[in-house]
Amino acid sequence: MTKTFALKLLRPNGAHAVVGVPYAWLLLFFALPFLIVLRISFSEMEAVRVGDIFNYSDGTLSLRLRVANYLFLGQDDLYLRAYLSSLRYAALTTIGCLAIGYPFAYFMARSKPSHQPLLMMLVMLPFWTSFLLRVYAWKVLLSPGGWVATPIHALGLDRLLAALGLIEAPGLLMHTPFSLLVGMVYTYLPFMVLPLYATLSKLDVRLLEAAADLGATPWSTFWRITVPLSRRGIVAGAMLVFIPCVGEYVTPELLGGPRTLMIGRVLWDEFFGNNDWPLASAIAVLLCLLVLLPMALYNRAQAEEARP
Amino acid sequence: MMNAVKLARGVSRIWLLGGYAFLYLPIVALIVYSFNDSPVPEAWTGFTLKWFGLLGQDEELMGALGLSARVAFFSATAAVALGLLAAWTIVKLRRFRGRALFIGMINAPLLMPEVIVGLSLMLFLVSLQHLLGFPRRGFVTIWLGHVLLCLSYATIVIEARLRELPAQLEEAALDLGAQPWQVFWLVTLPLIGQSLASAWLLSFTLSLDDVVLSEFLSGPGATTLPMVIFSRARLGLSPLINAVATVIVVVVSLGVIAASLWLARQGKNKQENPA
Repeated sequence: MTKTFALKLLRPNGAHAVVGVPYAWLLLFFALPFLIVLRISFSEMEAVRVGDIFNYSDGTLSLRLRVANYLFLGQDDLYLRAYLSSLRYAALTTIGCLAIGYPFAYFMARSKPSHQPLLMMLVMLPFWTSFLLRVYAWKVLLSPGGWVATPIHALGLDRLLAALGLIEAPGLLMHTPFSLLVGMVYTYLPFMVLPLYATLSKLDVRLLEAAADLGATPWSTFWRITVPLSRRGIVAGAMLVFIPCVGEYVTPELLGGPRTLMIGRVLWDEFFGNNDWPLASAIAVLLCLLVLLPMALYNRAQAEEARP
Repeated sequence: MMNAVKLARGVSRIWLLGGYAFLYLPIVALIVYSFNDSPVPEAWTGFTLKWFGLLGQDEELMGALGLSARVAFFSATAAVALGLLAAWTIVKLRRFRGRALFIGMINAPLLMPEVIVGLSLMLFLVSLQHLLGFPRRGFVTIWLGHVLLCLSYATIVIEARLRELPAQLEEAALDLGAQPWQVFWLVTLPLIGQSLASAWLLSFTLSLDDVVLSEFLSGPGATTLPMVIFSRARLGLSPLINAVATVIVVVVSLGVIAASLWLARQGKNKQENPA
């Protein structure tokens, strides 16, 4: 029925424009730029302007790919370490968000139905205030004398963090792996909670009651019924956190330190510091490949979710 | 058994409270510190409003705010216009060539690390400038980047509303002889008006907050508010940033309260005379 309406709209007005305008926009400003990055990653520094990797002469089209940028990325182990370290921080952030966010979303979904819209709105509300300022706030909170630094110090938790290698020495919380992880978990927690809440609130309570009637303890009901049924939410949330985290720039720059190597910062420095556009492009291309698999996972979870 | 239930309820309450405390602590901290006479968080030396006065005199910040507001206004407007077309396409046209690619491109900027989007768009615009002589890096290029980012969010918000719209309303209008464009203007658009408003506000906020795309796409003389805040925050703590945060939180809270009051009144009107 909707289709007939859509078709009617298409025919008389020639409303191909409805599809065409956003489609053309995205092709021009999203897809094409990617191809250009790909091209520049295979070019030399001087060739960025007009240098084409295609060469047409004497009736033959020759393709010249300069792989030097990629070879360079392989030779200097800084880049490999940065990629691995980004993956590690992204994974740790995802685990942290899941550990805090799953129970949070679960309790939200189990609270009184009349309270749920308010609880939901309270999760969304921080989105409306500046992300940059909220990350900066952690700098204030974790600086000596800050609201979070003081109790951590008073309880002696900084010794534990130092023993775990998350901070250099007791008392110094800022610019460490710890401050970076706190900031990233904080930033991405809502992205984990929202999809989890969406699946958990749709969970059929009768299944849980049936499990209880059949003698399952709450604990085994949770692990054998609730968790498997919320798998889609877990996958969607994990990918929404993991993928942007791998290439995150602002949080590592503000809260990270010399020890927290992240590929987003390396790319930034090659581009803005060294003005090496081809190398920055090569880093971006490899970063894309890195997030391709998690992205495919996310899209599959979304497609499953959309199916009734 | 009673105890187990009580225990579960207690854990649930504590976890939720702790979670919300975690989410709101930074915002509260910035507001409180913006009234602190001491420029460092180590000591509370008394209540002051001096940072707000200094904020007004800071020409760099004020100029950047002006640019950011303009960019955000035009980005949000363009993103909602394009997002409406995109959402309509996704919901109503179940089959057309390249639908998967279209949806992929709509969703990608949500997930894609911003450095990649910024770098690629910037290199593209530089190539374009060499070919055509425009656009110069500055307002227009930042605007293009922000529209790309906001378009994804705007589409998702509008799409969600379009999906829950009963198709019978539009079909009834068609059966009664309305032209398709009339159906769109007189039936569809009024029904999704609220989602357009929230998509616009969300886009506006996102654009007002973006650092990475702006850094890649800005040119000499075009500095947005987040770029100024970011460059100062990189150097260390600055009480002026606390004051900016307080102003933003107050403005946003007033906006959210006004919007929810307006929405509540709209809902009431609808209940009273369902038209």
